[in-house]
Amino acid sequence: MKVSMTVNGQPVEAEVEDRLLLVHYLREVAGLTATNVGCDTSSCGACTVLLDGESVKSCTVLAAQADGSDITTAEGLGQDGQLHAVQRAFQAEHGLQCGFCTPGMVMAVVSLLRENPNPTESDIRTGLEGNLCRCTGYHNIVRAALAAAGTSTD
Amino acid sequence: MSILGTRVVRTEDPRLLTMGGTYVDDLQVPELAGVAQVTFVRSPLAHARITGIDADAARGEPGVVAVLTSQDLDDLPPPPPDGGGGGGEAPAPLGGPWAEPLLATDRVRYVGEPVAMVITDGRYLGADAAELVAVDYDPLPVVVGIGASLAGGTLLFPDAGTNVPVTKRTESPDDSPFDGCEAVVEQQIVNQRVAPVPMEGRAAAAAWADGNLTVWTSTQNAHIAKFILAGALGVAPDNVRVVAPDVGGGFGAKIGTEREAIAVAWAARRTGRPLRWVETRSENLVGMTHGRDQIHHIKIGGNRDGKILAYRIGVTQDTGAYPRVGGFLPMLTCLMSTGAYDIPAVQTSYRVAVSNTTPVNAYRGAGRPEATAAIERAVDLFAAEIGLDPAEVRRRNLVPPDKFPFATPTGALYDTGKYAEALDKVLAAADYQGLRAEQARRRASGDPVQLGIGLSTYVEITAPDPGAGETARLEVKPDGTATVYTGSSAHGQGHHTAWAMLVTDELGIPMDQITVIHGDTGVIPAGTGTYGSRSLQLGGSAVHKAALEVKDEARRVAAQLLEASEDDLELDTDQGRWQVRGDPASGVTWGQVAGQSEDQQLVADVLFKAERPTFPFGAHMSVAEVDTETGKARLVRHVTVDDAGVVINPVLTEGQRHGGIAQGAAQALQEEVVYDAEGNPLTSTLADYAAITATELPSFELVAMETPTDLNPLGAKGIGEAGTIGATPAVQNAVIDAVSQLGVRHIDMPTTPQRVWTAIRDAQKARATQ
Repeated sequence: MKVSMTVNGQPVEAEVEDRLLLVHYLREVAGLTATNVGCDTSSCGACTVLLDGESVKSCTVLAAQADGSDITTAEGLGQDGQLHAVQRAFQAEHGLQCGFCTPGMVMAVVSLLRENPNPTESDIRTGLEGNLCRCTGYHNIVRAALAAAGTSTD
Repeated sequence: MSILGTRVVRTEDPRLLTMGGTYVDDLQVPELAGVAQVTFVRSPLAHARITGIDADAARGEPGVVAVLTSQDLDDLPPPPPDGGGGGGEAPAPLGGPWAEPLLATDRVRYVGEPVAMVITDGRYLGADAAELVAVDYDPLPVVVGIGASLAGGTLLFPDAGTNVPVTKRTESPDDSPFDGCEAVVEQQIVNQRVAPVPMEGRAAAAAWADGNLTVWTSTQNAHIAKFILAGALGVAPDNVRVVAPDVGGGFGAKIGTEREAIAVAWAARRTGRPLRWVETRSENLVGMTHGRDQIHHIKIGGNRDGKILAYRIGVTQDTGAYPRVGGFLPMLTCLMSTGAYDIPAVQTSYRVAVSNTTPVNAYRGAGRPEATAAIERAVDLFAAEIGLDPAEVRRRNLVPPDKFPFATPTGALYDTGKYAEALDKVLAAADYQGLRAEQARRRASGDPVQLGIGLSTYVEITAPDPGAGETARLEVKPDGTATVYTGSSAHGQGHHTAWAMLVTDELGIPMDQITVIHGDTGVIPAGTGTYGSRSLQLGGSAVHKAALEVKDEARRVAAQLLEASEDDLELDTDQGRWQVRGDPASGVTWGQVAGQSEDQQLVADVLFKAERPTFPFGAHMSVAEVDTETGKARLVRHVTVDDAGVVINPVLTEGQRHGGIAQGAAQALQEEVVYDAEGNPLTSTLADYAAITATELPSFELVAMETPTDLNPLGAKGIGEAGTIGATPAVQNAVIDAVSQLGVRHIDMPTTPQRVWTAIRDAQKARATQ
């Protein structure tokens, strides 16, 4: 079937299998590989992207379901070559190590801060429950989210 | 001012944050043009004979390139001979009757064992076609658990004649050291099996050209992988290039390479196609090696003043279906068994048993967290037995600072340490007395939510193979840039930042002019890679020495350029310029010096070896709240000192400590790989395996302490595994401490609500019947 969507502001259209997952559409059709696959049970959140501004796990959405939608991935977050405030905070607070969970984690934090611009530490920990990181112990991810909450402009 | 020791944020991050890393599944290199996909058909049974494989239906599917089985494995060298460990003492990997094929031949020995390979054009087609491969299995009795393995009723390797490939055992233990003790405690402790769960699972891609093999794989050690691949495939190492692109975490489970990646390289040769395999998480949880899985029988004795006089530990290691590392893990457990304490009499023994479960190998700490868990539980049990404060019992037995270097009865030589100081720092930072007072209040009031305070004082061994050393090549070019080629290998540790800091500190070349290259045997001829918390102390020391050598050579060249005596030259590291002392106007840049050197570049090649391993140490205090009505334990504080010698970048060492603490807490609180009696894994997805999340952890409270080692020029020890080693028993002790007043003496990990609730109920029953 034919599926078209806007990915990071660019139109992407392709004839795909009905069963193609959004994450594979992004990785293999759109060629955007920042979004990773970390599990097969929608548990880890490595594949988190924004679909019409809402965070979704793109391994749990069919490309067909995203037809006509507006998708943002980590590649499309910054503007004019500058890091997004959340990306800046992740670097400043050492909120990433191996980097595999990072694009999904960053998108989850962006979404969390849009819903709750002034979260407590507890709000952040609860809000990130669906995103696994094995390197940081979450400590600096939480710091990054708190820091970004103080600086985020969107 | 030196940049070393300062908080430098990572140079790696902008790329990882914007484009994402380039992991194996992301690679789009020319050699992989037209790459086909590998899907493994895995055994659904834990123990069975294979009586037939029918792949015709799969081969007939569109998009299927080939289906390969063990029948096709006819062009490989024979398996290695027995490593000498069969029934003996050597902790070496085993071959001979214990050999592990690439694809199961006549029998399968664990759920998830690779049986066949389906090669397709397209990811989803592979899953479809794998479903069509019909394998006939004749089930065999299943061996799950150490007891069943030791009973030997069913043998996994009939030709070996036993389920116990390695034994190092005192047949008749000497009880005399315990005879004079005023108090003696014994306990069986289960150190449960856990899954490493790096966020990127295993992955490999392979391409052949003119008899030369290139393998891209998610590994901690490209160079080790190269030799394993060459040996297994029967090709010369010179014909093999291994590239580790970005690697999404390893935690010890990606050391070298293993059967699937070798099979991918073999199948690429067989089919004449470049191939890629990226495992799913469900494959990862049964196919990647697990960690821990030891049972300890401990005995500890001493006097009522708190002095420990004797300790015994017997370790039984469940190594899963194939003894890939022989007795290495329990050997390390026994080596480090006495922990941070000066105990005069120590007895250790170990044995390794096979079972119909996923093989066990290194996982963050690899034998040392097990040692620490055992001794730290033992000390708490001993403290409870004599009615002394566990902090006080620890203080009375810690190796005093004037005894270093300290030779343990087990054969370790601890280099440097101030163990009591680490403990005191943690007690002060956490307000130990205040916490005990709060605990007393809750106990007195019968609060349903009780407070537990858990301690561990630990020491561990890092760079356990210092003689293997690590390589560094440093080049400074006429454009003034520098390139570091390191044999060490990064997968999140921040090598690019730390190595550039080491170079800029000596040479004054700005960090953004320094490139760090790792994990490619094609451009780095020799190296070892990352495990055992060895990177900075060996690989970093090599970079440091390379910078010193380049500096010496540059001084000679600059002296000619400036027509001055070498002794009159100085390097302005703020400006990165060589100049005659006191005459900044005379300066020449690194680029000018490099351009005038003999080879148009300044080069140093270093292999740094250390004389002995180093022994980081520290103290952890964990505070847990336990709901005595539900058994639910919640970690509320975790305070640590982790002294790994001189710190090059606190940002990086703190990150290593955070991650290590979380993995230790995860084992103590909730993570466990579980099998049923038929060997079916019950935790084979992330919906079932309780990988720890942000909600289950507090922020961590880190206290700084640096006691240098004299075994390398940086004064650094390893930090990668310390957090896990210290945290695991501290969290476990905290949970038990919260309910100890109810009569609970010990709870095995993971301290799940069910276990804690059951322990409380059993203790109440026992009290009622007294």
